[in-house]
Amino acid sequence: MKGGRVVKGVKFEGLRDAGDPVELARRYRDEGADELVFLDITASLEKRATLRVLVRKVAENLDIPFTVGGGIRTMSDARLVLCSGADKVAVNTAAIQDPRLVTRLSEVFGSQCVVVAIDARLQGASYEVQSHAATRRTGLEVVSWAKRVEELGAGELLVTSVDRDGTKAGYDTKLLASVTSAVNIPVIASGGAGTLEHFLQALRDARCDAALAASLFHYRELTVGEVKDYLSANGVTVRP
Amino acid sequence: MRVTIFNYGAGNLFSIQAALRKEGAKPSVTKTGSGMKEADALILPGVGSFDQAANSLPMEEIREVIRSGKPTLGICLGLQLFFGGSEEGRAKGLSLLKGRVRRLPPSVKVPQIGWNTLNVERENELVSGLDKEPWVYYVNSYYPETDGKWVVATSDYGVRFPCLVAEKNFYGTQFHPEKSGATGRTILQNFLKAAKK
Repeated sequence: MKGGRVVKGVKFEGLRDAGDPVELARRYRDEGADELVFLDITASLEKRATLRVLVRKVAENLDIPFTVGGGIRTMSDARLVLCSGADKVAVNTAAIQDPRLVTRLSEVFGSQCVVVAIDARLQGASYEVQSHAATRRTGLEVVSWAKRVEELGAGELLVTSVDRDGTKAGYDTKLLASVTSAVNIPVIASGGAGTLEHFLQALRDARCDAALAASLFHYRELTVGEVKDYLSANGVTVRP
Repeated sequence: MRVTIFNYGAGNLFSIQAALRKEGAKPSVTKTGSGMKEADALILPGVGSFDQAANSLPMEEIREVIRSGKPTLGICLGLQLFFGGSEEGRAKGLSLLKGRVRRLPPSVKVPQIGWNTLNVERENELVSGLDKEPWVYYVNSYYPETDGKWVVATSDYGVRFPCLVAEKNFYGTQFHPEKSGATGRTILQNFLKAAKK
């Protein structure tokens, strides 16, 4: 989200408007989405106030769980979002700059509330964690960072392949499998969903616990229901 | 219908209030228990840790009010407070039900975060009108270990555990009805209907 609207780009760039967040949230709920993730990339002084209003509006309209991230930097940012009706907060750059934030969040709100978002980019032979909406390198290797935040108290990981984001070329199953085999907390696959098979690859082959998609659903190329029917026909247990 | 929700932790109390308002109920939130005697129903929500909740709540008064017949719904941690104690901490619970609260086994990812199916074991007003295979949303590291006629439904996650209990005027769900889509909505409606009687 940016400026109160849903936007989506390719590899984190070239953002296009994709609609009203509350309307989209209701549509996905009706299509059978199990959970929604809102990442607010608005960078302005009014951000906190607008985010509170938006989270409340979503919570009033939604009876499925949702996560809010994007610019959550402090305990009070997290409190604002959780007390306005979000079930989980996602932290990314702030956790890289101060890993103790992950521990403090999990101590106060419970690890079940704390999602650490990891933006991964292939650098040579290994995956490197990126910060600041994938505009900066961190020198951190993805699997060791994933293990570290698990120890610090993360309850869940949202692993996004920056290289695949918005490309519809498929999830990066190599990246995802390396993370799921290293940690014992749920991993959400993100970045690259383009076909029904891609979801199966993330859940079955890369052993992810959930698969996230944005562009595909925003631009109505697939519905959540179609994805679930396909997964169910292929032996993955899903909520109808 | 006035519903008093106890606030004993840091986190999301907004969703349960929004869900109750949707059903026409008037929720209010209290830390001290003020207004609980006048309320038509009580909710012990699922936010926080066992000791933090047990140490900050007026436990004696709550036990008395529930025993006197006040319709009460415990959600997640709120359900766990019905028991005498928990592996999560040292504090004493309400001891309204026999059993204890145990940690989910190491064979599964803990906390359980996500949707799971619910097996209805016994007829009860709270589960009337549900789908054949209802799905509910969980966020939990602990579960109630209890056996008795109050166990209405179970779920499987490393262990088969009671996830919905009902005993006289009080009910508990280990899952979050306010986050469980249409199934959760039906359960909340059933609770409010039962509380009206």
